[in-house]
Amino acid sequence: MTLIRRYWLSALAIIFSGIVFLVPFSFIILMAFKDRTQAQLLDFSWPQGMHLWSNIVEVVTTRNWMLLTAFINSTILTVASVTLLVIFAAMVGFVLQRRKTRFNGLIEFLILAGLMIPPAVVPTIWLLQGIGLFGKLHGMVLVEIAYSLPFSILLYRAFIATIPREMDEAAIIDGARPLDVFFRIVLPLLWPVTVTNIVVQSVAIFNDFTNPLYYLPGNANATVQLTLYNFQSQFQTSYNLLFTNIALITIPPLIVFLFFNRQIVAGMTAGAVKG
Amino acid sequence: MTAIMQTGAPTAAKAVPVLKRRSPYPAWFFLPAAIIYGLLFLLPTLASLYFSLTRWTLFNSTFIGLDNFAQFMREPFLVKGLINTVIYAVITSGLKVVLGLALAVLLTSQIAARGYLRSVVFFPVLVSTVGVGITFTVLMHPTQGMINEGLALLGIDGPGWLVDPNLALFSVALVDVWKGVGLATVIYIAGIVAIPQDYYEAARIDGSTIWQSFLYVTLPLCRPATVTVIILSFIGGLRTFDLIWAMTRGGPGFASDTIASVIYKQYQAGFYGLSTAGNVVLFVLIAVLVIPLTMWLNRREGHE
Repeated sequence: MTLIRRYWLSALAIIFSGIVFLVPFSFIILMAFKDRTQAQLLDFSWPQGMHLWSNIVEVVTTRNWMLLTAFINSTILTVASVTLLVIFAAMVGFVLQRRKTRFNGLIEFLILAGLMIPPAVVPTIWLLQGIGLFGKLHGMVLVEIAYSLPFSILLYRAFIATIPREMDEAAIIDGARPLDVFFRIVLPLLWPVTVTNIVVQSVAIFNDFTNPLYYLPGNANATVQLTLYNFQSQFQTSYNLLFTNIALITIPPLIVFLFFNRQIVAGMTAGAVKG
Repeated sequence: MTAIMQTGAPTAAKAVPVLKRRSPYPAWFFLPAAIIYGLLFLLPTLASLYFSLTRWTLFNSTFIGLDNFAQFMREPFLVKGLINTVIYAVITSGLKVVLGLALAVLLTSQIAARGYLRSVVFFPVLVSTVGVGITFTVLMHPTQGMINEGLALLGIDGPGWLVDPNLALFSVALVDVWKGVGLATVIYIAGIVAIPQDYYEAARIDGSTIWQSFLYVTLPLCRPATVTVIILSFIGGLRTFDLIWAMTRGGPGFASDTIASVIYKQYQAGFYGLSTAGNVVLFVLIAVLVIPLTMWLNRREGHE
């Protein structure tokens, strides 16, 4: 009885998930294979003829290879932000967890504020213009770091609490300086949570649309998410190209998902058990 | 051994005064993060409090008091944005809690293809929001869209999801749930997996049904997960911008405008003071709604 019910429940879940979750993704892929006239119909049909390659070529070369530039920009932005973010957040998490001072309360308040408060957009633009970083990739890197720090610090602090203090005390007694203790003893031990941090934050920053929209205007600086936005109006009548673009920019998250699924879930569910 | 002891002892003795002078956990470790965070997040946030009271061109600002905020309360399309934001946040976080919990219970039970189902439900979380938005805009096309064509096969006359002013906000909220429910699900799965099996066994021995086990064991014990899901999706819902911008740009008319899209529109129009006031309104709205909500959720937990 329960076996039969379980069987039906499984079948139902698989069919339902197929309709709700797989059909939209198949739709994207099918559209990327179609030619312009067939894509225009917007229906869920098998492509007539194989047009994927010509679609890719057309999307990539449009507007002076904008998509290629965008991929390079997004890669630089993601790699640079995440590298610095990981180091700075680990440093804060480490000292915050180890050293109890009267400032800890204030720092924790600022971290929670950072998780909650929406960034003040125009004043940030005004400030970036003031220091000459508006519309510059390195300015964008700093902004992404600033916005991602609170979450990364929380991840690190929780993990550092599980590393025994004796570990760093032993190193100190052996004469290690603070920097050595951190970079040679503690940081290597933090590897699991560092992987989680890298994976979660790279996906977030790679997929970020709002912040580059505000702080990184101009075609030369476009990130991959902005190409979609820019093409949305230009490709109004060529949905095949628009969906080819969507398919292309979904590849990096897909790769991350295939290889680091476990770490992503670990990072995103941190706090679910303890609260 | 003795050699180590001999060299070890004096260093340790020397290290004591060193420890007093310089902590092994130096405060300057905060510095890089503090400078970036302070300069690019805290400073603009504080500046927004002043600039929201001005008419502002980025080069000079005129102090106009609370005029911007008065405008926010007066102009119908701005008020609409305010109300929409709250509706959107309530709908998305409510649906994510219910569906996320249901899916998590299903995916921790003994059903076939669990791994596949978990992956399929979670993957949309990682996909570009704008990409999802554009895809669903096409799927929700009133006459040609796949959703309405599918409904037509069942004999249902599908609505104009994104073109009907009464429906547009809800349609976008549904897509938000589609994209975000995977996160709620994995959070709930983590919470449910952490519940010791003994409780379920004890409940079963006492003769509880599956439904009772869910109600009296699963639900109270995965409360931390519920709190996390509610807070995360509520804040996310209040701040949402990219999905709305990709799907409706706040339209038709102002029907699906939220504060975040109003902020962007006012920024584009060059009303920097008004845009910044929008930021402050959003900030206050989050503080006013989320802080009591968090306290309420956590206090109940303390009682149990």
